[in-house]
Amino acid sequence: MSGLAAQLLNGLQYGLLLFLISSGLTLIFGVMGVINLAHGSLFMIGAYIAFVVAGGTGSLWLALPAAVLGGLALGALLERGLFRRFYHREHLDQVLLTFALILLFEEGRSMLLGNDFHSVAVPAALDVAVPMVGDFSYSAYRLAVLVACLAVAAAMFLAIERTRIGSAIRAAAEKPEMVDLLGLDARQIHLVVFAVGTALAMLAGALAAPLHSVYPNMGHGFLIICFVVVVVGGVGSIAGAFWGALLIGVVDTLSKAYLPFAAGLAVYVLMAAVLLWRPTGLFARS
Amino acid sequence: MLTVAGRNGTLALGAAALAVAALPLFAEAYYLELASTALVLAMFALSLQLLVGVTGLVSLGHAAFFGVGAYAIHLLGAFGAAPSVLLSLPAAMLLAALAAFTVGALALRTRGFFFLMTTLAFGQMLFFVFHDTPLGGGADGVFVTRPSFSLFGLEWVISRQDRPTVMLLLNLGVLVAMYAGLALLLRTMFGRALLGIRANEHRMRSMGFDTYWLQLGAFTLAGAMAGIAGHMWGMTQAFVSPELLAWHRSAEALLMILLGGLGALHGPILGAFAFVGLGEIAGQITERQRLVEGLVILAVVLGLRHGIAGIRLPALRRLPAPAPTAKEAAP
Repeated sequence: MSGLAAQLLNGLQYGLLLFLISSGLTLIFGVMGVINLAHGSLFMIGAYIAFVVAGGTGSLWLALPAAVLGGLALGALLERGLFRRFYHREHLDQVLLTFALILLFEEGRSMLLGNDFHSVAVPAALDVAVPMVGDFSYSAYRLAVLVACLAVAAAMFLAIERTRIGSAIRAAAEKPEMVDLLGLDARQIHLVVFAVGTALAMLAGALAAPLHSVYPNMGHGFLIICFVVVVVGGVGSIAGAFWGALLIGVVDTLSKAYLPFAAGLAVYVLMAAVLLWRPTGLFARS
Repeated sequence: MLTVAGRNGTLALGAAALAVAALPLFAEAYYLELASTALVLAMFALSLQLLVGVTGLVSLGHAAFFGVGAYAIHLLGAFGAAPSVLLSLPAAMLLAALAAFTVGALALRTRGFFFLMTTLAFGQMLFFVFHDTPLGGGADGVFVTRPSFSLFGLEWVISRQDRPTVMLLLNLGVLVAMYAGLALLLRTMFGRALLGIRANEHRMRSMGFDTYWLQLGAFTLAGAMAGIAGHMWGMTQAFVSPELLAWHRSAEALLMILLGGLGALHGPILGAFAFVGLGEIAGQITERQRLVEGLVILAVVLGLRHGIAGIRLPALRRLPAPAPTAKEAAP
């Protein structure tokens, strides 16, 4: 019983982490119409920032703001320098541009930090088990990640629903031509969305580093699972990404725990079922 | 719009094929094997061109069908001695076609980027099938027995020295047949309908074409052709691994198409040779081939928009055709 509860919590925590990555993916796609295959590499960079900062200073707490600030800066740089030219190009060009970025990011990582596996220590204050119900206890760090991701998700919903820039982003995602008609600065919106999406992916990487350790190509698996999240959750909506991420996180974790022979396959079967039943995704506003 | 090489272009391609066929007369075995690799990758990129250049579908899961075709040899090996290539090639084609039909039937319910993500995800699923289940024979890959050249109990045994030459000529033959088949296909109603879908799917649908089934037909055929390419890879290398299905191979095939030229049917062939050649040169200069590959892609997407097949003499093309003057008209 406590085993199942632990697996469920693991699934929720994994799903919330997936939400941080896929919300950026789906926002960037919804607003700019660009698919960023290098989004998984941004996650990888965030994890390596956590490894370097936590290793250098001994504190993961410094790594989180470093990943967020680094993400905002890197995102702004990528948007201004490269992606801006590709919003109206063919899919093929966008795919290859972002594939090239994956190769360059991975090669840069290999040059700077080598190709070894590294584990990142959980902060000492959270390296305990929290007693839950009865004799069941759960890792404090995983609980903290769960709460942190929920807080980020809540902040995102508030920002998108309640603020000026949030409503501009919604307008841009639903009717791009409206943005110009309303006299909003589309270039600024694109910059903000790309920078925030990048920062979210890198924050997710930094949070995940103590749980998944850091290793070459670690972003690939997360990227593909996040594609499944976006397809299952529905087209271009934050709410779809949220519920889709929780569903995929729980299904993936439970299937790996209880159906070892189908370990990697369960989420893809789920995706196939969703495509058969509702090709626009489970949570799309139709 | 996709162009098929005209008479002069076909002559040039034929001359290039003859040059490749003449390689065994003077080149070392290493270069014959390199040319074989390029030929097989050209088949693979050409099969993807049926989706990307002809039908306008960008798939990121195409390597899965390449890998299924290669693993068909391993799966047939379970039935005993080396199968005849006359059996293993159709089997690889059928198996890949079946996989492509299933994936395509689901993925084609989505469009654009969602099609891309879905094909990538299903490709990854097939990767896991061969990576994790007993079907594949291990995560590190497995050696396979090459299919034999036998018919009705008669077998043509090939010595180790002759093998690179025989494989080169066989791969060349398969690639030529594949290219000719596609060029013919584009003249049929089916091929023209696919080109129409690329130009404007809505219009095709309102004209009464069932675009879903046409696209599924193209996806299945492209998968079958990728299966042939995969089979030839497995037969050439005598080794298959899950890495053959990995999605970066799909991306590399897209790179070959863009490198060679999106707008020409023979573009992927040029692209595959350029890709293998660049990789070989990069490998001699630096250990960091991915760095070179990444920079080459950046250069292509930022600069060389129409690929190698699109290179003309720029000075001639850019000059606006001047009105004929008296001086030019005079002899």
